[in-house]
Amino acid sequence: MLKLYSTELSSRVLLGTAQYPSPAILMDAIKASGTEIVTVSLRREMAGGKSGDKFWSLIRSLGTYVLPNTAGCHTVKEAVLTAQMARDVFATDWIKLEVIGNHDTLQPDVFALVEAARILSDDGFKVFPYTTDDLIVAERLLEVGCEVLMPWCAPIGSGLGPLNLHALRSLRGNFPDIPLIIDAGLGRPSHAATVMELGFDAILLNTAVAKAGDPVAMARAFAKAVDAGHAAFQAGMLEPRDVAVPSTPVIGRAVFT
Amino acid sequence: MKLLVNGQPHDVVAQSLDALLAELEFDGEWLATALNGELVRSPERQACRLNEGDKVEILTPRQGG
Repeated sequence: MLKLYSTELSSRVLLGTAQYPSPAILMDAIKASGTEIVTVSLRREMAGGKSGDKFWSLIRSLGTYVLPNTAGCHTVKEAVLTAQMARDVFATDWIKLEVIGNHDTLQPDVFALVEAARILSDDGFKVFPYTTDDLIVAERLLEVGCEVLMPWCAPIGSGLGPLNLHALRSLRGNFPDIPLIIDAGLGRPSHAATVMELGFDAILLNTAVAKAGDPVAMARAFAKAVDAGHAAFQAGMLEPRDVAVPSTPVIGRAVFT
Repeated sequence: MKLLVNGQPHDVVAQSLDALLAELEFDGEWLATALNGELVRSPERQACRLNEGDKVEILTPRQGG
């Protein structure tokens, strides 16, 4: 069972709620994924104050946990204030902390990320930091109070899949007891299976599901891939070998010459 | 009094953040507010006095990844 900040979860999929063709498809995709945690954001409300209410009512009707994000923040101050506002509205101390450092790659500004994580952890937040696969940054995030790490495996929305398996293995190996969630860059269920086979604890998806031809079917496919990858990791996989090894016994074979 | 609300200029009579939300018809239940870069929690809005040139942010839940 996955445990994130003392909360036990049976699903290893976290799902974003953006970019779906319709609210109905979003709702069906959430259900098909089996997720127990959906991510949400805070954005400026136009006069009238009702557009956010409609979306939020839908999400609340699901009964899932909600993980607010600080998407779009580029400074420590922006991220900390957004997190505080999210806690006020969503009544949760969970925060998916994003501090973006580059417009093109949406790569985290890891220096600002660590500082924001320190401030928020000290303020009682349970921080889920969106980070790179850098080992030392991961250590710093743990030092300032994070108990979960959410490294990218490729840029957000790119669908490139895991680009640096060595770095991901290194994170898993160095932090065997820390929940590790791949947060960004997954494009296909096979990508999800790959990172789960490496021993990652969960994945966070959005674009790969929302922009699929059939988001609901894709949500279901990812859920199966995550389960398969996790089961494979637990089962202990065959190590690759450079030479062939016959699977059928050699002893007892017929000799015709 | 001239304010900047969500980046847009507004000329309002409201003297408090609570009154501002009513005047601009932000009547949603799920709003987060900040004044000049500082969080103002829901119960604090009535006592939160506004001044000329203040910057107000009013946020609401939205889709996110």
